Amino acid sequence: MTPSSKQPYRAKSHGALNHARTVRFTFDGKPYEGLEGDTLASALLANGVHLMGRSFKYHRPRGVMSAGVEEPSALIGISRDKSNSGARVQPNVRASVQEIYDGMNAVSQNRFPSLNFDLGAVNSLLAPFFAAGFYYKTFMWPRKAWDKVYEPFIRRAAGLGESPTETDPDRYANRFEHCDVLIIGGGAAGLMAAKTAAAKKQRIILCDENPSLGGWLLADSDVTIDGKSGTQWVKDTVAELQANENVRLLTRTTGFGYFQQNMVGLVERVTDHLAQPDMDLPRERMWQVRADKVVIAQGAIERHLVFADNDRPGIVLAGAAQKWLNQFGVTVGNNVGVFTACDTAYAAAFDLYEAGTHIAVIVDQRATVDQALLEQANELGIRVMPNAGVVGVTGKLRINGIKVKTASGSEETIEVDALITSAGWTPSLHLYSQSRGKPIWDEASQRFLPGQSPQACVSIGACNGTNDLATTFAEAAKATGGRAPKLEIENDVSLAGGTIGMASESAETGKAFVDFQNDVTAKDIKLAVREGMHSIEHVKRYTTNGMATDQGKLSNMHGLSIAAKMLDKPVPEVGLTTFRAPYTPTTFGSFVAHARGTLFDPSRKTPIHEWAQENGAEFEPVSLWQRAWYFPRPGEDMHEAVDRECRTVRTSAGVFDASTLGKIEVVGPDAAAFMNIMYTNGWDKLKPGRAKYGIMCREDGFIYDDGVVGKLSDTRFHVTTTTGGAPRVLNHMEDYLQTEFPDMQVWLTSTTEQWATIAVQGPKAREIIQPLVTGADISAEKFPHMSVVECQVCGVPARLFRISFTGELGFEINVPADYGRAVWEAIWERAEPAGACAYGTETMHVLRAEKGYIIVGQDTDGTVTPHDAGLSWAVAKSKPDFVGKRGLQRPDLTASGRRQLVGLKTSDPKKVVQEGAQIVADPEQAIPMKMIGFVTSSYWSGTLERSIAMAVLEDGFARMGETLYIPMEDEVIEVEVEGTVFYDPSGEKING
Amino acid sequence: MLLIHCPYCKDDRPELEFSNAGEAHIVRPTNMSDISDTEFEAMFFMRDNPKGIALERWRHAHGCGRFFNVARNTVSDKFLKVYKAGEPRPSDAEIEELLK
Amino acid sequence: MVEATPTKRIAPAEGFRVANSVVSIETAKPASRISLRATSAGARSFEKSLNFALPRKPAETASAKGRHALWLGPDEWLLIDEANPDDSMVPRLPNKQFSAVDVSHRNMAFIVAGPGAAATLNAACPRNLSLAAFPVKTCSRTVLGKAEIVLYRTARDTFRVECWRSYAPYVRDLLAIASKDAHI
Repeated sequence: MTPSSKQPYRAKSHGALNHARTVRFTFDGKPYEGLEGDTLASALLANGVHLMGRSFKYHRPRGVMSAGVEEPSALIGISRDKSNSGARVQPNVRASVQEIYDGMNAVSQNRFPSLNFDLGAVNSLLAPFFAAGFYYKTFMWPRKAWDKVYEPFIRRAAGLGESPTETDPDRYANRFEHCDVLIIGGGAAGLMAAKTAAAKKQRIILCDENPSLGGWLLADSDVTIDGKSGTQWVKDTVAELQANENVRLLTRTTGFGYFQQNMVGLVERVTDHLAQPDMDLPRERMWQVRADKVVIAQGAIERHLVFADNDRPGIVLAGAAQKWLNQFGVTVGNNVGVFTACDTAYAAAFDLYEAGTHIAVIVDQRATVDQALLEQANELGIRVMPNAGVVGVTGKLRINGIKVKTASGSEETIEVDALITSAGWTPSLHLYSQSRGKPIWDEASQRFLPGQSPQACVSIGACNGTNDLATTFAEAAKATGGRAPKLEIENDVSLAGGTIGMASESAETGKAFVDFQNDVTAKDIKLAVREGMHSIEHVKRYTTNGMATDQGKLSNMHGLSIAAKMLDKPVPEVGLTTFRAPYTPTTFGSFVAHARGTLFDPSRKTPIHEWAQENGAEFEPVSLWQRAWYFPRPGEDMHEAVDRECRTVRTSAGVFDASTLGKIEVVGPDAAAFMNIMYTNGWDKLKPGRAKYGIMCREDGFIYDDGVVGKLSDTRFHVTTTTGGAPRVLNHMEDYLQTEFPDMQVWLTSTTEQWATIAVQGPKAREIIQPLVTGADISAEKFPHMSVVECQVCGVPARLFRISFTGELGFEINVPADYGRAVWEAIWERAEPAGACAYGTETMHVLRAEKGYIIVGQDTDGTVTPHDAGLSWAVAKSKPDFVGKRGLQRPDLTASGRRQLVGLKTSDPKKVVQEGAQIVADPEQAIPMKMIGFVTSSYWSGTLERSIAMAVLEDGFARMGETLYIPMEDEVIEVEVEGTVFYDPSGEKING
Repeated sequence: MLLIHCPYCKDDRPELEFSNAGEAHIVRPTNMSDISDTEFEAMFFMRDNPKGIALERWRHAHGCGRFFNVARNTVSDKFLKVYKAGEPRPSDAEIEELLK
Repeated sequence: MVEATPTKRIAPAEGFRVANSVVSIETAKPASRISLRATSAGARSFEKSLNFALPRKPAETASAKGRHALWLGPDEWLLIDEANPDDSMVPRLPNKQFSAVDVSHRNMAFIVAGPGAAATLNAACPRNLSLAAFPVKTCSRTVLGKAEIVLYRTARDTFRVECWRSYAPYVRDLLAIASKDAHI
């Protein structure tokens, strides 16, 4: 090899990257050069950099282990903003996956002040305290140390990487998609499955987490398929699929979750690899795919070997080394050692040899090694040591030697600058298991394999435990209904063999890591078992093995094997932890997709909203609606504005936008009969043209909703509901209609949004609207309180109610919504000169409280009956049945001591109590005091020039005139109990 | 996300169109006002929470709007039978059969 | 009486239109609408009084002279009259065996058209919008993100999206942002 000066470990003869296309990036501030298509790991390795991070617990120096998503160690932070604003900062990015781009700014994590010299590494000295279960032991005693010592320590030590400090500025997209076949994994198996399905004209989606399709074929330099190289076969197959309009190929797309009925979540990373992404592109795109059939072709993940100091930088997986060489043209070292328990590492060693790397030794754990491999090694002059193990290494920031021990017990240190290892391949069962398939233990190969999934899916290739290409192709073709292709395959290397658990017992002297990311050693797992953890689920939680962001892709099988050996139980009896979504860390952004900012929730606005905005209204959210809250004039605060609005309504008039009130049209010959069932009141005697206040209960007798109902004809009711209650009330009514009274001839239609509703309230209300009304006589005699008429207002069809939620003479005008604003303006044109005002919800609340009108959900809380609320008059006594009638007879609801709705007046009229404040009879009693009720509504009443409040109070109706107390943090407020009607108790005004 | 067959639309629809409406086959007595406290308690408050087949109501709320009944296996989350409101409760034998 | 000046009608999202190379989204013209609920006998009586046949199978629609009837449920239809936006059909109907309610102003509609129409909708609508699963001239009530919609495929690449008026800004903005991704 001729090392280039800038990228000394770049093998010019190898890899698929274009050496002319260089990319500049920085790592920990230092500039480097890589090639277009490099991952951060391959680019750093090309520059001879192995050290990429520090471990979580012991801060041990760590290099990159793998060339894929399973990477446990090389986790880095990427900052995508040129300005370093802290918005596009992403921690814990795997260097083995992240593609480099021009100007990329990458930093290592978990180190201070620098990666080479890290103060946190003293944690290694404290290792005895950090053994398995240290969380449960170390921080227990003394109790006093928790706040001052332990918690601050844990908070500082916990967490990996730096979080973004600002709102994510990127856009994320979502797509629901359907297909005949979804294929997850675009390696040999996935491509063959797609090729077969495409021939049958099926709609196919094939996704792969890598930038290029081809999987392992891209890393295998030897295999030939019908005389073509693996990469050529991939190229041809991909071209064929791309040309097919029924096939959607998604690269950089991870199948992260397998949900019910073949719904699979895919996340496509659209811009993370681009230096200057088009601003119209989403950063990521979530695909929610529903497939008739799912083909899982996830492949297998190579395991590391467990021996002392197996985490030192320079130690990598053999398959990763092979991939870096053949795909990226990068060698992991100049003098490489091999430690293996299977055949595939030999192929990696031979490839490295060909690229000019010296292979110092192949240490094979197995006593017998395939003769052909031994011969090939011999031909190349590579020393092979069968029946031997690596028991330690030298070098800290980078290994410089390995200690090899043979079966006879002799030890030898061999100089190397890198070590490639392989313990064999673990089939990826993640998605199969998420589909609720049970992994099945295969004793012969010491692996868990997929069985029959309860869903329409099939696993093929390496993730199905298939070790060779010919069988993989046959499985793939069969999976999509085709026949095994007749292909001539040569130089295929079997994935069979390997080991799980400790590589050699002598490795117990040093730290032999099972889980790199969470710093779990073989010793920790043994300790956990000794301390009584006998199920793998317990071992996992006690040691945190497999609980890091890589979810134990490398460590699970080793941990399981070590525990099983200790327990002297077969592996399946110790159990395999459940695989859960997501397969790899998935951003919140991709789940949220469009649903942020103004698209987080619909913001519902009335047809009059813009007028209110133009006239200076402040708004408050009520369910999804934005309602005008109050209309401050220049210089007014909320209190002053509301005071003025209240006074104006009481002395002149006010105009109020009530469009958000729920409206339901109840139509049909059985309309009255249905109303009789749904509401507590009787509806038989109500005449067309009259309206009535109705209460709706649930079956248990508690108030569910209320509103005024107008009878338009014998077969048509105009029902109003609370603003927030509209959808559930309609659902509740439909439920009874469809399932309990299906024979009733009555139908329900939501008309909330058909009508704009304008309330005009106050002594001058009639004179304001009178000239605008045609087709109805709205005089006091002809149109008394609680009337309704269909007429025209401003020439458009209207439903005019005479009703009041203020206690004043009042009308509510319903006009088709498109006319809402024009009619409002016509009213306003007359109202303003008359001295009237526009008012909002706050004034509405005060005015109704002065009259003791309840708000469902504020003065009731789901445990208040109509009787408790003082509304017994609205409960029909003679009706044979209504929803809630039986519930109201329950002993608890008729017993004494119920909390009943009363009015409260503070002894100091200036004092406004807090809503929610608790009431006691004796403020001197010992704490905890007996609380006998609480305040539900409380306001300053400008009209009455004093505070008013409503409360639910034990036996409230019997306590009229009693003095009670509201203890607050710094004072006790004295109140007197009275009725809820504070204003115009005789109702003179309302009938005016 | 579940895919639920609506017996009125005669089509499989995404779960997002539906809402669950609790246990099925709880009949509101026609003599509601006369039932005892115990009967009321059983009717209104007490619900089964079976492991295995649950008979429950769903509403195709953002579809045809109809309430209907299903037999769902609470272990596998599979909808084993979907039937219109008013149709009889599956017999024990049929439930046994569905569980197989 | 004040003088009769015609009262101005202001519809939601009036005049809205966005378009790119694969999809256009625009506000549909005002229309009159009825929500019809009926037994099968009621449906027959309704057909007689309006001389217009209602579809009887799930998801089916019927159209004539700018008037469309959409099957929404076994006893529910949405009628849209594009020809007479200011003239409600309700007053001319008898009040028996069915319920006809004027919802002309409750709903509004967007027209989503172009080869990227289905992809635009599928950004937030979970339904399979392939021609096989959702053929031309079929309809369904469903969801678009957090809004309920009625989706009506009027042509191979054209959908009418009906929603309640206060959801119009949400639906509009959602479709607009989704259209950026419709070429995929």
